Amino acid sequence: MGSKRTGLLPPVIVLAAVLLLWQAAVWLLNTDAYILPSPTAIAKQAYDSAPQLAHHMRSTLVMTLIGFVVGASLGFLIAALLHVIPWVKSGFYPLLVLSQNVPIMALGPLLVLWFGFGMLPRVILITLVTFFPVAVAMMTGLSKSDGGLYNYMRMIGATQSQLFWRMELPGSMPHLFSGLKIAASYSVISAIYAESIGSDSGLGYFILLAQHGFETAKVFAAIAVIVLLSLALFGVIALAERMFVRGSASSRREGKQS
Amino acid sequence: MSAVLEVSHLTKIFKNDRKTHEKSVLDDISFHVDEGEFVTLIGPSGSGKTTLFHLIGGLELPTSGDISIHGVSTVGSRGHIAYMPQQASLMPWLTIEANIVLSLTIAGIGQREARELAREWLGRVGLEGVADSYPDVLSGGMQQRVSFLRALLSPQKLMCLDEPFSALDALTRQHMQAWLLSLWESNRRSVLFVTHSIEEALLLSDRILVLSAAPAAIVREVRVPFARPRSETLWGDPAFIGLKQELYEMLRPASAL
Ligand SMILES: Nc1ncnc2c1ncn2[C@@H]1O[C@H](COP(=O)(O)OP(=O)(O)O)[C@@H](O)[C@H]1O
Ligand SMILES: [Mg+2]
Repeated sequence: MGSKRTGLLPPVIVLAAVLLLWQAAVWLLNTDAYILPSPTAIAKQAYDSAPQLAHHMRSTLVMTLIGFVVGASLGFLIAALLHVIPWVKSGFYPLLVLSQNVPIMALGPLLVLWFGFGMLPRVILITLVTFFPVAVAMMTGLSKSDGGLYNYMRMIGATQSQLFWRMELPGSMPHLFSGLKIAASYSVISAIYAESIGSDSGLGYFILLAQHGFETAKVFAAIAVIVLLSLALFGVIALAERMFVRGSASSRREGKQS
Repeated sequence: MSAVLEVSHLTKIFKNDRKTHEKSVLDDISFHVDEGEFVTLIGPSGSGKTTLFHLIGGLELPTSGDISIHGVSTVGSRGHIAYMPQQASLMPWLTIEANIVLSLTIAGIGQREARELAREWLGRVGLEGVADSYPDVLSGGMQQRVSFLRALLSPQKLMCLDEPFSALDALTRQHMQAWLLSLWESNRRSVLFVTHSIEEALLLSDRILVLSAAPAAIVREVRVPFARPRSETLWGDPAFIGLKQELYEMLRPASAL
């Protein structure tokens, strides 16, 4: 599949063009730096603030990873539980969907109020945001197993637990990974939000300070770091998918020859 | 000779939820498969052959009648048969060898013994080269060979094969028939086989049971007289052609008579 490599070029060209236009517009219109700094000014700011950015990025990364792992694990367990015990599913699934309608904006400050300014409210917030896409994707994967395989396994006498461990669970891996990819982006965004309401470190906190000081270039520099962080996390998951999921798009290059 | 499978007066009626439409699929089916015997069910599509397999496999309950394997009633209980479905049904995330091992361990064979069996037999049938490949790189015919091997190695006495070659092209299908024939003749498992193809049935079986259209009933039983080991040269045999004609007449839809 050669489209993987050539697929990277068009967005890079578009991005470069946008940056160039941006630079030209700022220069031509002579905009104030606190309203819209130029890409080069942002780059320079990023260079100057590199130590602080690195410090806050580390904090965000740690928080994101903890929240992501806890949230994804919870999503995985919930999906497995709901799948294996039907009455649990009928009772809890609607409530899970409902839980996603609680606005994070309202929940964040409450969590800080209940659990203080430590790590706990942040981890809880990220967990609440990330478990859902994993649980839903995984549940879809578990219940959508191939009818032919299912019949075959039952014909040769597979028990309920063999059906789950040997067929449904491995069969749901592609779905699990698409859930993980969504959860990865969510976890970074929610970590940033959590840092902006109850924290003294992290890129969310850094942005908050920069905004209060009208240091717009710093805001943009932080945004760039956040985007890179998200991409990196996404990339790691895509890599894991390629390694562990047989039959994912990337490993199907040999194709059928029948 | 003792009966490995004994099906007596089996009837299956699918009841709709609203109980308005009852669909009668099997109508008083009785037959048996002896030890080491190759019995083929041949009948129009939709006549209830797969349903019959699902009853024998314990996936569905009959409306009435009994199924026993080695003299023990197995109605509604699973795991008593080795099975080869129409589609190869290999787990796409497992290698060929791991697929065979999975089926054998489900049938109760230990992990190590299953692996040794799989290795040995993949080599014996010339498939050692694909042992570590994944199913999606194998052709349809190769996948069906693996699927057959998996059933052959399962420890259950009775093998049920549900139209195993119907998804293959004509040429591959002929090769597969010859391959299965030679493997089976050197192993002599008890087989219940389902097919649409008259030639296939005549080439492979000891006995052929002809089913009517739904609801399926056994309309004729044909004993296939050809000596074993057989080969594809049978196709030109006048007796073969005669029997083929006879079966063809039996299977002709009533409306066409
Ligand atoms: N679970 C079911 N409920 C209702 N009807 C069914 C069910 N399973 C099969 N049938 C019907 O039984 C008939 C026989 O199907 P099947 O056994 O698959 O035929 P064959 O394998 O001979 O082609 C078909 O008309 C099918 O619609
Ligand atoms: Mg069928």
